[in-house]
Amino acid sequence: MSELTLTILRLGLLILLWLFVFSLAGVLRGDLYGTRVVNRITTRTSGPAGPPPVDTTVRRQRRSERSASSLPRNLVVTSGALEGTRIPLGDSDILIGRNPECLLVLDDDFASGRHAALVRTADGWGVEDLGSTNGTFVDGQRVEELTGIAPGNEIRIGRTTIELQK
Amino acid sequence: MSAITSLRPRRGRNVELLLLIFAVGIVTLAYVTVEGATKGTVPPGLLSQAGGLLAIAVAFHVVLRLRASYADPLLLPIATLLNGLGLVMIHRLDIAAGHDVSKGAALKQLIWSGLAVLIAVAILLWLRDHRMLRRYTYLSGALGIVLLLLPRLPVIGREVNGARIWIGIGPFSFQPGEVAKLLLAVFFAGYLVRTRDVLSIAGKKVLGFTFPRMRDLGPILLMWLVSLAVLASQKDLGSALLFFGLFVAMLYVATERTSWIAIGLILAGSGAYAAYHVFAHVQTRVELWLHALSPTVMDNVSNQLGNGVMGMAAGGLVGTGLGQGRPYLTPFASSDFIISSFGEEIGLFGLVAILALYVLLVERGFRTAIGVRDGFGKLMAAGLAFSMALQCFVVVGGVTRVIPLTGLTMPFLSQGGSSLLANWTLVALLLRISDQARQPVVDEPVAAQIPVVAR
Repeated sequence: MSELTLTILRLGLLILLWLFVFSLAGVLRGDLYGTRVVNRITTRTSGPAGPPPVDTTVRRQRRSERSASSLPRNLVVTSGALEGTRIPLGDSDILIGRNPECLLVLDDDFASGRHAALVRTADGWGVEDLGSTNGTFVDGQRVEELTGIAPGNEIRIGRTTIELQK
Repeated sequence: MSAITSLRPRRGRNVELLLLIFAVGIVTLAYVTVEGATKGTVPPGLLSQAGGLLAIAVAFHVVLRLRASYADPLLLPIATLLNGLGLVMIHRLDIAAGHDVSKGAALKQLIWSGLAVLIAVAILLWLRDHRMLRRYTYLSGALGIVLLLLPRLPVIGREVNGARIWIGIGPFSFQPGEVAKLLLAVFFAGYLVRTRDVLSIAGKKVLGFTFPRMRDLGPILLMWLVSLAVLASQKDLGSALLFFGLFVAMLYVATERTSWIAIGLILAGSGAYAAYHVFAHVQTRVELWLHALSPTVMDNVSNQLGNGVMGMAAGGLVGTGLGQGRPYLTPFASSDFIISSFGEEIGLFGLVAILALYVLLVERGFRTAIGVRDGFGKLMAAGLAFSMALQCFVVVGGVTRVIPLTGLTMPFLSQGGSSLLANWTLVALLLRISDQARQPVVDEPVAAQIPVVAR
């Protein structure tokens, strides 16, 4: 084998070794798993096109509406592993289940990953089952479609019971 | 307010296959370079040899596809490449020593590699869930200590080159300390996952550190004494350092208390100081380390460290090329000093690439530890990854004169069956844990039927 071939082989080996290292690093870049936390506040303030001012006025209107009609203000877990947990109700829907992306993450073996959602309706709040295995119950009745709920109604998900309170 | 979403990971099995082919290609190129430089020809059975290596790697890959399809895609290619490069270097030193292929150390190493891969596959098939190992916490702890002390037994214990760390049965010899490392990692993980709360919370606060209570300090003191006993009985500085370091690191991971690191460093320092004054061989090691290049040491005591360092200097930035340097001048060039052999023949440029491979391997271990959802798996993955990192540091540090030389092996590269066996087992365990770590959360409830509640 000539000197030239050997030199090419020798340097080629080094280049390939580093190419290998860099392709590993490339795989690492695309290899994400686990949970991702997106901070909503920063996205809202840093975004160039901020929400139109109308948005806040709408919210203000809604807030005044709510205080006027005295809608429920809190979601309270009344039994189950998370008993005593209280979540203030805003304008957005609340996803309930075992997945980390839910707002109310249940530590309950009988709950599905995305079990149910509390939905803001025109005249208050409703609960909707998201195709859970064990079902969602309002005062013992299994929920098939979006059902309106009032404070005092017992919503049972797995072994957890939640209630809306004023 | 923040939103949390789950990311579904890519399985990465196809990427893994491509990387495996790449790794085998690099090993083949290195092999051709060695043969070309020493014999002037392309080896005759090249295609079948490269094909054989690829077949072993792909067989492992298929097992992963079937039994651990979410496992980390980088671990197997890195281990394959390192093992293959080690084989090539050992073969190159065989040629220099005039050994025939059929009698050389490379063939032995190849057989051990095959066996180690086989055992790793068997572990992946047998161990469906790493949490099973938690049941054997105390058993593996006891077994680890027994394995460590096995070389002390009169009949089967063997003293090789001044260190009593081998056992021999007939023609086979084995270094049980390597396997003990894995067993102790399992034991520490199982023990700490149970006791970490009391270890991290109870205690007095002094100067910003939370110092543990005396009765919680017990296990670390016991571990310190055991590692010193190992050091004293086997003259094996490296293993003692490795076990104690592993324990302190896992304690830190388990409790998040910096005070454990402070206590660990103080204990390790005082232990090393005491060992220096009590054991003659430790003093010799330190002398060799401080005066490695002085003519009196080179001529009369040992030229190993000095030759290794000069070999690396001769290699320079890009190295002399595989098969064109003279790494065989250093004693134990294929085991303890394989790093300086590589440093000479592929240069600093290549050596840093090899170290980067180890860094990536360790990083994948820690990433697995972060991703996995149970405490036992977290601790075990972190412990295994840290033990590999510390071992690399002790070996490379010893060869490059950062710390005194101790007799540990470089994972995957060094010649030695027990080391290969232990490290492939380590990779199999990490693969199993990473499979659990990367699997998406099961969406369905664990209990499918809700009990009828009488109301």
